[in-house]
Amino acid sequence: MDGFAKSIGGGGPNVPAGSHPAGGSQAAAGGGATQRTQYPYVTGTSVIALKYKDGVIMACDTGASYGSTLRYKSVERIKAVGKHSIIGASGEYSDFQEILRYLDELTLSDHMWDDGNSLGPKEIHNYLTRVMYNRRNKFDPLWNSLVIGGVKKGPKGDEKYLGMVNMIGTHFEENHVATGFGNHLAIPILRAEWHEDMTFEEAVKLVEKCLLVLLYRDRSSINKFQIAKITTEGSTIYPPYSLKTYWGFTHFENPAQGAVGSW
Amino acid sequence: MSRRGDWVYENNGGTCVAIAGADYCVVAADTRLSVGYSILTRDHSKICDLADKCVLASSGFQGDIKALHKNLAARELLYQHQHNKRMSCPAMAQLLSNTLYYKRFFPYYAFNVLGGLDSEGKGCVFTYDAVGSYERTGYSAQGTGSTLIMPVLDNQLKSPSPLLLPARDAVTPLSESEAIDLVKDVFASATERDIYTGDKLEIVVINKAGTKREYIELRKD
Repeated sequence: MDGFAKSIGGGGPNVPAGSHPAGGSQAAAGGGATQRTQYPYVTGTSVIALKYKDGVIMACDTGASYGSTLRYKSVERIKAVGKHSIIGASGEYSDFQEILRYLDELTLSDHMWDDGNSLGPKEIHNYLTRVMYNRRNKFDPLWNSLVIGGVKKGPKGDEKYLGMVNMIGTHFEENHVATGFGNHLAIPILRAEWHEDMTFEEAVKLVEKCLLVLLYRDRSSINKFQIAKITTEGSTIYPPYSLKTYWGFTHFENPAQGAVGSW
Repeated sequence: MSRRGDWVYENNGGTCVAIAGADYCVVAADTRLSVGYSILTRDHSKICDLADKCVLASSGFQGDIKALHKNLAARELLYQHQHNKRMSCPAMAQLLSNTLYYKRFFPYYAFNVLGGLDSEGKGCVFTYDAVGSYERTGYSAQGTGSTLIMPVLDNQLKSPSPLLLPARDAVTPLSESEAIDLVKDVFASATERDIYTGDKLEIVVINKAGTKREYIELRKD
């Protein structure tokens, strides 16, 4: 019955049989409120980011998939947070929207203190780590991998910061991070070619190299990207653009040549 | 077959070791953070300084480990406020055990080794399982490389039997530098065969002069 409905629906996310979220809820071990395990529905794919001379650069595509269907093609998965940070998310898009609402509340109350201080990327990262971990403890996760980058003046001058946190609260800080497929395809490139104090042009070239690999090899990526940067001057999210791809390999022409069969 | 609650935990790998001496304690852990077959970062500390004579090293699920360390550090601060002194290592050992057992039915996926000096200034090491069962020993290893390291430590530091009368000290007669060399050796060996151990080794030495830290490179493959 389940399988029949799925095949008619076509392309929706593959929710495991017998555990439909709307119907199924488990009573908590302690016998309190009902818990619900979630599955992601509309998802974004990789986000990559790296530190460069003036700050942090972050990039991702603008697609959001519904299982194997490419449902939305103009989705912004990188947003500015406060004056000093940008955040990028992969995973469930609606959970990212909820996280942005949490961050709105946070930055609003921070602003209302009116004490000249403002939340930096380190603080935002720590806050989000606590939020993700506590939701995981309630078996009601925000199904995202988040990348937080920014620059803020510290005791040692302008301090660049780049960190990542995943849906169960695993978090760390690094010079370059990537989520999802980016972990497997982009991080090796970044590890080989990243160096301290890259110029903006060098950083964009490196990011585009990674985005191109992801475009070729990640089934859920699309050829429409946004790059964002954060420096002491503030954040900039550039308008979307496409990369040039090459498909003119001889093996792609006449792919059935040499295949056994009558057609 | 994937089970409903599978996603709540992950093992971020790594190994922790501690060795107690007559008047010092060495606590060491690698700095690799992994997930599945990927390395997330090569430079992530698993060690937390809880009190001036008490250091905790944990391996397992990093989300739980950070939460556990935060929890204990906060409790230690409260203790300082209430008792006007820092927590002793044996006191922290009991607190850690209680904290772990508190979440007996949704455990902290953390494998801990607590090291420091006891109230007499002698080295002490406490070793734990994920739900709080613990024991004071002369040395211990926990984490993904523990099965590779523990037999070597048993061979080099063999403790006298706890059944002997009068009771013999479990702490090693080795000097501080000999113990540090042993730690470096066992980590180099574990790094060869355990995929989750490597990158860098963080060594913390506690003695009556205070706490000092050292970093050694390990194989990055």
